[in-house]
Amino acid sequence: MRHSLTLRVGPALFRIGSAWASPIAQLRRLYADYPQGPGEGAGAATATGAGRGAGTGTETWSGTGTGEGDIADFTVRLQPVKPWRRWLRPSIFIAGDHMLADAAPMALAHGLLAAEMGMNLQMALGWRRHLLLHAATVEKDGFAVILSGESGSGKSTLAALLGERGWRLMGDEFALLDLATGMLAPFPRLVSLKNQSVDAVRAVVGEDRLGPLMAATAKGDIRHLVPRPDAVRKMDTQAKPILLLFPHFGCNTCNATARPMDAAETFVRLTQASTNYVALGESGFRALTGLVASVPAAAIDYGSGEDGIAIVETLLREARQ
Amino acid sequence: MSAVLLVSVLRDPAAAPPLSSADWTRLFAAARAERLLGTLAHRLAGLPVPDRVAAILADARFDAATERRQALWEADRARVALAGLPDVRIVLLKGTAYVAAGLAAGTGRSIGDLDILVARDRLDDVEAALLVAGWEWVKPDPYDDIYYRRWMHELPPLIHRDRDRMIDVHHTILPLTARPSPDAAAMIRDAIVLEDGLFILSPEDRLCHAAAHMLADGGLEGGLRNLWDIHCLCAEASETQEDFYPRLFERAAGHGLTVAVWRALRLAHHLYGTPVRSQIGTDFRLRWSDRLFIARLMSRDGWGREGRWLLGQGFYIRSHLLRMPPMMLARHLWTKWRRGYRPLG
Repeated sequence: MRHSLTLRVGPALFRIGSAWASPIAQLRRLYADYPQGPGEGAGAATATGAGRGAGTGTETWSGTGTGEGDIADFTVRLQPVKPWRRWLRPSIFIAGDHMLADAAPMALAHGLLAAEMGMNLQMALGWRRHLLLHAATVEKDGFAVILSGESGSGKSTLAALLGERGWRLMGDEFALLDLATGMLAPFPRLVSLKNQSVDAVRAVVGEDRLGPLMAATAKGDIRHLVPRPDAVRKMDTQAKPILLLFPHFGCNTCNATARPMDAAETFVRLTQASTNYVALGESGFRALTGLVASVPAAAIDYGSGEDGIAIVETLLREARQ
Repeated sequence: MSAVLLVSVLRDPAAAPPLSSADWTRLFAAARAERLLGTLAHRLAGLPVPDRVAAILADARFDAATERRQALWEADRARVALAGLPDVRIVLLKGTAYVAAGLAAGTGRSIGDLDILVARDRLDDVEAALLVAGWEWVKPDPYDDIYYRRWMHELPPLIHRDRDRMIDVHHTILPLTARPSPDAAAMIRDAIVLEDGLFILSPEDRLCHAAAHMLADGGLEGGLRNLWDIHCLCAEASETQEDFYPRLFERAAGHGLTVAVWRALRLAHHLYGTPVRSQIGTDFRLRWSDRLFIARLMSRDGWGREGRWLLGQGFYIRSHLLRMPPMMLARHLWTKWRRGYRPLG
């Protein structure tokens, strides 16, 4: 495709191609500190034969990439809905290794969001090396807290705020649970902030680490937050899960509350929050029951970012005792 | 075109030239788009590859094993649902048949719907039994429903309400409107019984069906996968059965499928190196028109996109002309157009 790059986030390597320059330019800028490659063709120097023995190739990576070739796990394509829609009222169809035939076309102004959705789709439908939970993850002192919830529950915002308050943001979209060890692998892609949470987070981090405002998308107004440099630098450092929380933002009048959740409810909720639980079969079942049996869970309600942070800090302290 | 790379690695993985990282990425994109990644992963099993490649191949083999298990389970569910019709032979077709019989064509193969073949005069009984067992109609449009029942080689597709899996119940292997009319009764009569009481087609009929499906029906979508089936079926059958090819041609003639089978063998021989030998001196050199088929089969690029738009449109039109006579096609397209259906561009 005309414009492309390869990009590694945690364990997954994506090749993203686009018919237009702007989505790729925005990805390059916002993912500047991540391992990046050139994408199509250029600089592909690793020479390894299918039948002639494996070798380690030369690196074409910027950022912190070390030692691996840029063989992509997934390909994402941002292509025109119809050939002429490249120029005339440009309209993006999100395609790639895994795609949804009935995906809604997107405006070119929302190209960065389209690329992010394309990458998420590949993970959701194609990733098999971890159990994927639709959840944000934050870590402190090697212990990870999983924040699981549907879109709009406030998990991304809460994770982003914790990431500015001494926690390491491991990811805002997918928690990656190792099938053998039960450890969590980071997947610290850009944090997707919606509507009011954009202002709440901008008040804390300022403008520099925020992406362009994409107004009036299907999910409202969206801006992306670049995780702190330490979150990117430590994107290969796993953490042990210690607490499972199901946040719910919006309880304005009441005090922040935590309701302990039993294993059965937690398990059922997480099967619904996982995109590959069924595809993984027995190993997914073992990983999930292992997590639920070893980690306490609670539903939390809170009405402000400060309350949310406080309750997570308190629950972590209790869980560590 | 990365399809060329895909074909050469499938054909002889050990002899493939050294691949760069970009080559691997292009190979995987093309293989996924052609639904051949599981097959590729099995072909490359045991060969030394980079770690990242090994991880992707292991995932693909895992997914293929899952699809195999699900396909066999669906076949078993259909067997149970139809157990009340002991005199009806249930013949498994395509991918499910290959894995049920442990054929090489099934190794790593992606399998979607369950396809079965039953005698046409028992269709009503089969459909009724499937509806009782939880399968439901998915084509709400009465025109589509009537069209299927009057002209197609299968019932309108049914989906199981709990497992969300589709079953295609065939009573022959080509639409009734197509020019060749294969002898479905002979196919069912000569089918081979498996341990659980389900049937698969004889080796010759398997090949006739695969060739008809690929070349006498449809626009060659997924053609590289279908041709790989043909390659594996031929290679395996001719190894154990010395007179496989003469018998195949005799059988194909009986079904009116000589042209399709012959072309399938030429293409498979040319692209995948299928060992085609025949005592009757059949000519397996490529014809001029074969070049068009090869160009169409090899149109996948390194991003997984289908190129050669005009050629694809040509084959799309061909698929309709194969399927029905021109006046009937005109009436059909007019009806679909009025109902808001537009061909994908």
